[in-house]
Amino acid sequence: MAAHESTYEPKSRFGKWMDVRLPIGRLVHDQLVDFPTPRNLNYLWTFGGILSFFLMLQILTGIVLAMHYQPSAADAFDSIVRIDRDVNFGWLLRPLHAVGASMFFLAVYIHIFRGLYYGSYKAPREILWIIGVLIFVAMMAAAFLGYSLPWGQMSFWAVTVITNLFSSLDDVIPGLGTAVVQWLWGGYSVSGVTLNRFFSLHYLLPFVIVGLVGLHIWALHVVGQNNPTGVDIKTKSDAVTFYPYATSKDAVGIFGFMILFLWFVFFLPDYLGHADNYIPADPLVTPPHIVPEWYFLPYYAILRAIPSKLFGVIAIFSSMGVLLFVPWLDTSLVRSTKYRPLYKWFFWLFVFSCLALGYLGSKPAEGAYVFWARVFTVYYFAHFLIVLPLIGLIERPKSVPGSITEDVLGPAETAGAAAAGKKG
Amino acid sequence: MKRLVSRGGFAAVMTAAVAFAATGPVLAADEHAPQHVERLDWAFAGVGGQYDRAQLQRGFQVFQQVCTACHGLKYVRFGSLAEPGGPQFPLEAVKALAASWPYEITDGPNDEGKMIERLPGLADPIVGPYKNDKEARSVQGGALPPDLSLIVKARKAESHAPWYTHWFWMLADIATAYQEGGADYLYALLTGYEEAPASVEMAEGMYYNAAFPGHQLAMSPPLSKDFFIEYQPDSGATGSLDQNAKDVTAFLAWTADPRLDTRKRLGWQVLLYLLITTLLLYAVKKRIWARVKH
Repeated sequence: MAAHESTYEPKSRFGKWMDVRLPIGRLVHDQLVDFPTPRNLNYLWTFGGILSFFLMLQILTGIVLAMHYQPSAADAFDSIVRIDRDVNFGWLLRPLHAVGASMFFLAVYIHIFRGLYYGSYKAPREILWIIGVLIFVAMMAAAFLGYSLPWGQMSFWAVTVITNLFSSLDDVIPGLGTAVVQWLWGGYSVSGVTLNRFFSLHYLLPFVIVGLVGLHIWALHVVGQNNPTGVDIKTKSDAVTFYPYATSKDAVGIFGFMILFLWFVFFLPDYLGHADNYIPADPLVTPPHIVPEWYFLPYYAILRAIPSKLFGVIAIFSSMGVLLFVPWLDTSLVRSTKYRPLYKWFFWLFVFSCLALGYLGSKPAEGAYVFWARVFTVYYFAHFLIVLPLIGLIERPKSVPGSITEDVLGPAETAGAAAAGKKG
Repeated sequence: MKRLVSRGGFAAVMTAAVAFAATGPVLAADEHAPQHVERLDWAFAGVGGQYDRAQLQRGFQVFQQVCTACHGLKYVRFGSLAEPGGPQFPLEAVKALAASWPYEITDGPNDEGKMIERLPGLADPIVGPYKNDKEARSVQGGALPPDLSLIVKARKAESHAPWYTHWFWMLADIATAYQEGGADYLYALLTGYEEAPASVEMAEGMYYNAAFPGHQLAMSPPLSKDFFIEYQPDSGATGSLDQNAKDVTAFLAWTADPRLDTRKRLGWQVLLYLLITTLLLYAVKKRIWARVKH
């Protein structure tokens, strides 16, 4: 249980003085040292730490990059090239930020799929989950705004395509879409004015994300972490302390993930980007294929799968919005998919659908690609709206262990551990 | 290892599969015919690759004698030609080169408020013949010769692998740090001029090129079997269309990514540090968790 009793005892005179005024020491001790952590967490649970690392890295590299960047249509592209060539270690700083954004998304996708697999959204973690979805949406906005900044061909045309989506509102109220789009652009077309405001918002959003992450961690520390069994911490022997157990494991996770991250930074800095973005923005030349960054591809596929622009836009927002309702769409009483023999198959089908949509999003919207994009779009929504509610009702889950300790030690040893726990 | 990016066999399978499953128009219209781009063994390729200085010097020679007729390098300063990690010509030679450059820099206004034309110095960009895009287009009959500073990064070789092998090629490319698609494409373009097939109707003033998307290119063949640049005897290679194309591509890879040598050297140090630290952290974690069964 998360609401554990505080074991903090200030030792120094200053510590005692501080503790009755602003108990920061107590907060750190209770939440980051003594916090009870399920003893059976696997490495998928290190992604929270990995994501915190990336958030800080993006903010730090971003602040320095902003010192050298010029948010104007005339100078933006040149200033990016100057960062790569003339700024001290600029050639390293920019890939750290750009590849960092990609890795941030890779980590967040793993984090989300982990939550879906182990039922981390179920009561009492609904608010925790919803805040997580909001962070994800804010991240997407920040990434989209950031992608516009180099003002290359892909930046410019991505902004054009995505902002133009809002013009579909003209189908609802004539004139509304046009008004919204012109308001976003700050004019009658995508221009330096648009770039300037996007830069401002790109600098703002990360701090919104920091605030949301604060709430996310707060909510997490109220309800406690889920774990692979999905069974709550019941006794002391189910948990270990955050320090040194979780911290030592998080450190391995963060450093391990950094190997992958820096492999890209040093050896493949442009692999995840698009070659066209090394061509300066040109409003008169449309690139043959306008493709977003890889982490938006599944959503781009959903958008293009639907023949009507308005409904495509509705679908793309619904595909994120539906995540908010997952805690109530899942009717199963069992949290962890480990004990859900039928749902397991559908979970992996959902993962496959997302990968397939990602692949299809990178392809031109023609022929068989559109057909398959429609098939997987249908499954994307069906998974949440039909499969998740239905399977919970018809599935017969496997037996769930009585406690985390029982799962780790087996029933015989558990009795002994409980007895030892009482003595200690 | 050479591998066809166009992967003709797979393309045929894909076309068949698409035709089989298609509900709308089938792909593979004429202008979508696969580009022919081959993967080459570049000195600067992969995780350990570094630029070959002699090759960059030869490449600059080709650039100077051929490409500068139409193209410039506005992001590359003359001075950087003397810096380590590049062609690293002697500084005096670069000064002389800048002072004898055929194109002047527009500078000013001077004390009398007039713009002046002057020869470039070490801190000036390697300018091309045209003052601006409009001048270029008017001289080139409407076509714009792009600045070549970033051309290697701004181009790529399209993968035509079908969906079921796409993932494996992707992982293989990541594991081998393949990032030379732009260089492969540029080499294929420079050597890709051919007689247009009878079925293709060429537009006025266009040249058929096997590597160019759509195959109709406004740039006349800059090099050919009969027209190529001869090298100095001590340059490490003999001139030919193939060698010229490779060398100038390598040079333009450097102009697009002048920090590659430093980046890859530092990369190994950082990754080695990370690997060792991760192993140590893992050992610490094992030790700590040895106290509890988990």
